Amino acid sequence: MIQPFAGRDFISMRDFDRGQVEDLLARCRQFEGTSKPLLNGRVLGSLFFEPSTRTRLSFESAMKRLGGQTLGFTDAATSSTEKGESLWDTIRVVEGYCDIIVIRHPAEGSARLAAEATTRPVINGGDGSNQHPTQTLLDLYTIEKRAGRLHDLKIAFVGDLKYGRTVHSLIKSLCLFPNEFYMVYPPSLGLPSYFLEDLQEQGIQSTDFENVEDLPEDLDILYLTRIQRERFPDPIEYERVRNSYQLTPDSVKRFSDKLTILHPLPRTTELDPDLDSHPGTAYFDQAHNGVVVRKTLLALLLGAG
Amino acid sequence: MATAAMKEEEKAVTEERDLEVKKGRKLQVSALKSGTVIDHLTQGTAPRTLQLLDLDRGATVLLGVNLPSGKQGFKDLIKIEGRELTQEEINKVALLSPKATLSIIRDYEVVRKIQPNAPDSVEGLIRCVNPSCVSQDPLVRTHFYTERKDPLKLRCFYCERSFDKDEIDFI
Ligand SMILES: [Zn+2]
Repeated sequence: MIQPFAGRDFISMRDFDRGQVEDLLARCRQFEGTSKPLLNGRVLGSLFFEPSTRTRLSFESAMKRLGGQTLGFTDAATSSTEKGESLWDTIRVVEGYCDIIVIRHPAEGSARLAAEATTRPVINGGDGSNQHPTQTLLDLYTIEKRAGRLHDLKIAFVGDLKYGRTVHSLIKSLCLFPNEFYMVYPPSLGLPSYFLEDLQEQGIQSTDFENVEDLPEDLDILYLTRIQRERFPDPIEYERVRNSYQLTPDSVKRFSDKLTILHPLPRTTELDPDLDSHPGTAYFDQAHNGVVVRKTLLALLLGAG
Repeated sequence: MATAAMKEEEKAVTEERDLEVKKGRKLQVSALKSGTVIDHLTQGTAPRTLQLLDLDRGATVLLGVNLPSGKQGFKDLIKIEGRELTQEEINKVALLSPKATLSIIRDYEVVRKIQPNAPDSVEGLIRCVNPSCVSQDPLVRTHFYTERKDPLKLRCFYCERSFDKDEIDFI
């Protein structure tokens, strides 16, 4: 069997075309529910230069469910980077301790640099505001599972579209398929101009709104993101914006029953807890799907899939 | 008679044109026995082009800045004595001056004219526009892909941020 992913890195969704994304998602489906000890005796080096409990636990769960083990650190303060060791050297040292590496680091491009430093497969667990490809893959996986397809969907992104890395990466990947996009954001938090330029060059268009009430009723996917207080110099402006994007059972009533509500979590106040029991809610499934997606990736990159 | 007069006039015109061409050539390349002339540089880029080509030390170089040019209004020009630039070096010039033309001179004669072509990738030379990029670390050599040549658009190999010619910041 051909193993096109064995030995590869998983750094950016940019590296994968439509066929490869579809292939990856098909492999994820095959991994659903299976916990064979495919990675018995293998070790994952989990290098978290900044804390991210969810991503780290999800990777550790995935590795352990496949019979593998993990080692690593959970923030830069406990790692030798505090002592001034370069990222390159850290990777060169750690590659001797493990078979595959997941790295989360605040510098953009750090995962690509790590991949250059070692022959071991490297997975990007988030590099600053650039990429978080395993999040993107689990988002795609969740959308496909809920909607039954990744094309011809009406998809809205709501919230902070300027700094939201998950949003950028997901939009890019969904652009591989024909879809209709809606962007809903407060005036100062639209997509950055360099990102819009990229979309324009691909011939991708979107409809922009300031309010969720303007979205079409037959919307398929509503992807909500957190708006962070620190993005607003004016606290009054923050309060106004925060309330305008608060999703409640009432505010989603007007949508059809095919609506799926997604959120990368953690949430603040933009998702009313009363929505948790709404049939369109999928944000906890989304988080759980992180494990099957990461299991699939670990197995494929280690040539055990 | 009429024919002879016309021929005479024609000859005069031709001679005058040849003289212009010679004068022109004199202006452009007479000082150069052999080497490279880089013409039609974007106005103001000559000093940076020299740095880019590592010519600010060693080689004998003549600089022309703010020269009148029909095509562009004003241009810069560089003459490099005794050195023929390689294609790779020439392509670097296109990063700053997409309209530049190069002439390789041997024994006062132009033996080759070259149109520079922006390189497919650039390593070193340029700083990433993104202050949070891992390549801001002086230990990391910067690396960019040319995503579009005209107008130039580069993308960082590391942080994936794209930027255009106006944002290029040479190291
Ligand atoms: Zn960069």
